[in-house]
Amino acid sequence: MPFIPHTDTDIKEMLAAIGAPSIDALFDEIPAALRIKSLAAIPEALTEMEVGRLMTARAQVDGRPLCFLGAGAYDHHIPAAVWAIVTRGEFYSAYTPYQAEASQGTLQLLYEYQTMMSSLTGMEVSNASLYDGASALAEACLMSVRAHRKSKSARIVVPATLNPTYLSVSRAITEGQNLKFDVLPYEPGKGTLQFSKLEALKGEDITAVVIQQPNFFGLMEDVDAITDWAHANGAQVIAVVNPLSLAMFKPPGEWGTKGVDIVVGDGQPLGVPLSSGGPYFGFMTTRMEHVRQMPGRIIGRTVDLDGKQGFTLTLQAREQHIRRSKATSNICTNQGLLVTAATIHMSLLGASGLEAVASTSQQQTAKLVEKLTRIPNVKLAFDGYRFHEAVLQLDRNVSDVLDALAKRNIVGGLDLSKRYPELGNALLVCATETRTDADIDAYASALAAVLER
Amino acid sequence: MRTPEPLIFKHSRSGRSAAGQYPQGATANVPEKFRRRKPAALPEVSELQAVRHFTRLSQLNFSIDTHFYPLGSCTMKYNPRACNQYAMLPELLGRHPLAPAGVSQGFLSCLYELQEMLKDVTGMKGVSLTPMAGAQGEFAGLAMIRAYHRARGDLQRTEIIVPDAAHGTNPATATMCGFSVVEIQSLPNGDVDLEALKGAIGPKTAGIMLTNPSTLGVFERRIQEVAKLVHEAGGLLYYDGANLNAILGKVRPGDMGFDVIHMNLHKTFSTPHGGGGPGSGAVGVNQRLLPFMPIPVVGKEGDSYRFLEEKDLPQTIGRLSAWAGNAGVLLRAYVYMRMLGREGMHRVAEFAALNANYLLARLKQAGFDAAYPERRASHEFIITMKRQAKELNVTAMDFAKRLLDYGFHAPTTYFPLLVPECLLIEPTETEAKEELDAFVAAMVAIQAEAEQDAAKVKGAPYTLPVRRLDDVRAAKQLDLTYGMRSTE
Repeated sequence: MPFIPHTDTDIKEMLAAIGAPSIDALFDEIPAALRIKSLAAIPEALTEMEVGRLMTARAQVDGRPLCFLGAGAYDHHIPAAVWAIVTRGEFYSAYTPYQAEASQGTLQLLYEYQTMMSSLTGMEVSNASLYDGASALAEACLMSVRAHRKSKSARIVVPATLNPTYLSVSRAITEGQNLKFDVLPYEPGKGTLQFSKLEALKGEDITAVVIQQPNFFGLMEDVDAITDWAHANGAQVIAVVNPLSLAMFKPPGEWGTKGVDIVVGDGQPLGVPLSSGGPYFGFMTTRMEHVRQMPGRIIGRTVDLDGKQGFTLTLQAREQHIRRSKATSNICTNQGLLVTAATIHMSLLGASGLEAVASTSQQQTAKLVEKLTRIPNVKLAFDGYRFHEAVLQLDRNVSDVLDALAKRNIVGGLDLSKRYPELGNALLVCATETRTDADIDAYASALAAVLER
Repeated sequence: MRTPEPLIFKHSRSGRSAAGQYPQGATANVPEKFRRRKPAALPEVSELQAVRHFTRLSQLNFSIDTHFYPLGSCTMKYNPRACNQYAMLPELLGRHPLAPAGVSQGFLSCLYELQEMLKDVTGMKGVSLTPMAGAQGEFAGLAMIRAYHRARGDLQRTEIIVPDAAHGTNPATATMCGFSVVEIQSLPNGDVDLEALKGAIGPKTAGIMLTNPSTLGVFERRIQEVAKLVHEAGGLLYYDGANLNAILGKVRPGDMGFDVIHMNLHKTFSTPHGGGGPGSGAVGVNQRLLPFMPIPVVGKEGDSYRFLEEKDLPQTIGRLSAWAGNAGVLLRAYVYMRMLGREGMHRVAEFAALNANYLLARLKQAGFDAAYPERRASHEFIITMKRQAKELNVTAMDFAKRLLDYGFHAPTTYFPLLVPECLLIEPTETEAKEELDAFVAAMVAIQAEAEQDAAKVKGAPYTLPVRRLDDVRAAKQLDLTYGMRSTE
């Protein structure tokens, strides 16, 4: 019996100790009419060898196309050591560190993670993770409504240059709590927030302004001006950032005069494989004054009975297992194993390694843009300073072009024409440090060939 | 006792790095207004130092792979290594979440078949795999209940009924969804109090959240009556799948009358708990909630698969994650289910129940007090230390901490809240009889210690990396990052 250790003798002895005639008798409190008759949709068991063959075949169906998609999930090199350690049973098969004395490994690692994340974002405190970047933004909006007691509107202002999926998720998760999301347009031809639209809200009660940096188009917003405007007008600021980019760019804690109030994002670029979108992890950092409004686990350092340093879950009075219906969030299980990967990844790369990855990604994207825009009828939509993504405009239906590229085993980017119809046949592309010059050339010649037809 | 492993920052020296891990030579030309002035305070260590540090940290943990881990309500069963290996094939790891369906048929077929298998074992009509943990599955479930009532124009249903034994996530989720919570008590035998239920339901009832078997470790015997009462009042039934392992292959929530359920794939379907996630809280629905499922759901047309989005499910409660949930976790659950197969599904509940009832019988014989001595255990059961606390001043927490010295992870303590001094014990089906016997022996030994020298038990643990920690200090003198409190 796979994974079940019982011998016939064990079963007999155990039933005798229980005083039950059979295993079936252990279910005698369940009404007989409810018992399962059959499980027709479950196939017969496979051995490990057979399931290995099956999965290998399924994986090979998909193959490994050359990919230029980004849009919130990025293909970076992950040192071999990261997942070799992450999948050690002691990390992989432990649970939430409720018994602190038996979980010091996980707890110390999370404390180190909180330190690294706080420093990377320029904030004072970090939680121990949320599910992903999109749901982290939803939690940040809810947190801002709790933390910003003077604001009564529960009104969140977001730019149209926020990842559209993040807005969809935030709406779905906050649906029952009467938040209002106002979307402000971007400057046509420029691709960054139209500041005059923000200024037009002067005097209104706004709970928080969300800024994504770099924005969904890969461009840099004027974060200092937006942050200062929001604070001057009584709103909090929630930053949505790519943590890798913070190795190069000014951290949200230093935006404007005072820095932002809450920082969230997806930790995927820090050692987490693409893996079809998950598991990733959401991160959240904030100022100390808001720590009690934070959702999720938080680890603190303390001492044991002998005065020796140790780590434990703390501020648990915020959480669902204590506060129940009055908790800051319903979150319980988070994304611990992915935080483990990120902490090891950040330790191996260090600040200079992350900066090298970020700047190489930026450089490869610049090359990609340069090569692709040499093709007739391929234009750059916005020419501002960018990180590692860019919006291109084509002379025909993007989805047809992407289909044609897929036949050449190239995943060419994200079709923006439905989300941003005003941009025409727009395509969002990305290159990281893992796309070589040869990869970029291959994409350029494939696209040229497709567009020539 | 071990030498403590210093914080990684203590190993750091300026200028040291694992230089083979990143590209060399690129320097960015960042405009002044966007430039980072001071590098982040990340460690500067060699690759060996990092590997050794994190390997040493791992060794400070108890885990399923190293210890019996009978944490009640968490289903800490063996996580087969094959599930990890085959979910991490390079093609699957490298697949971008937005990759078009044309280059994703292998991946999508696994998810589609997982949906079909989960429908069958739970008796539901549709499954969405997107929720990223149990609590998000609960959220999806209640959001669907809200959407269902709204779609019928039934706007007065603002209350969710929750039994007092429920997980804290249940009332927290109801609040997050904008419902108010009506709590009902359990009977002394552990069943739901039908009279209390009758008093609580009415035209404002949107639904009830139930775990069955409940967190008290017993099966709700009158579940069909509960379902009838709630349905007659116009409410829906939500099944919290935290204890699905107890009934897998024996009874199906759909057949009990539940309208919507979540499953914790990291419990019942053996994906790793990862030191606190990732989980997966897939949801199942019956016919009337099908239109409201969270997107995306994998659909099949002819021989090809694709994600169903808002245009396919216009009444969806929407998207709960940026992509399609914790995809890698879903692949692990798929591999697990294929390895168990049909017969293996039935065996899960059978041997989980055998182990729980055996352990309960042995502990009762050894003189420990069951919270519900007249009842069968499900896959877990509660021992109460009320007597020991009163007579010896040794609490459930003291027993839990002393168990660590004996090499066992502690059971869940002080939950459910309505049983005083409780230990909620869930052995799971993957533990051998010898392990259960050794656990009983440890409990007996600790009882003897408590009778002879209570202080010894109260001072435990002694053999772990740290002794009991000062939680009050942790909360009062907050030290949440290195450098926050001292200049060490």
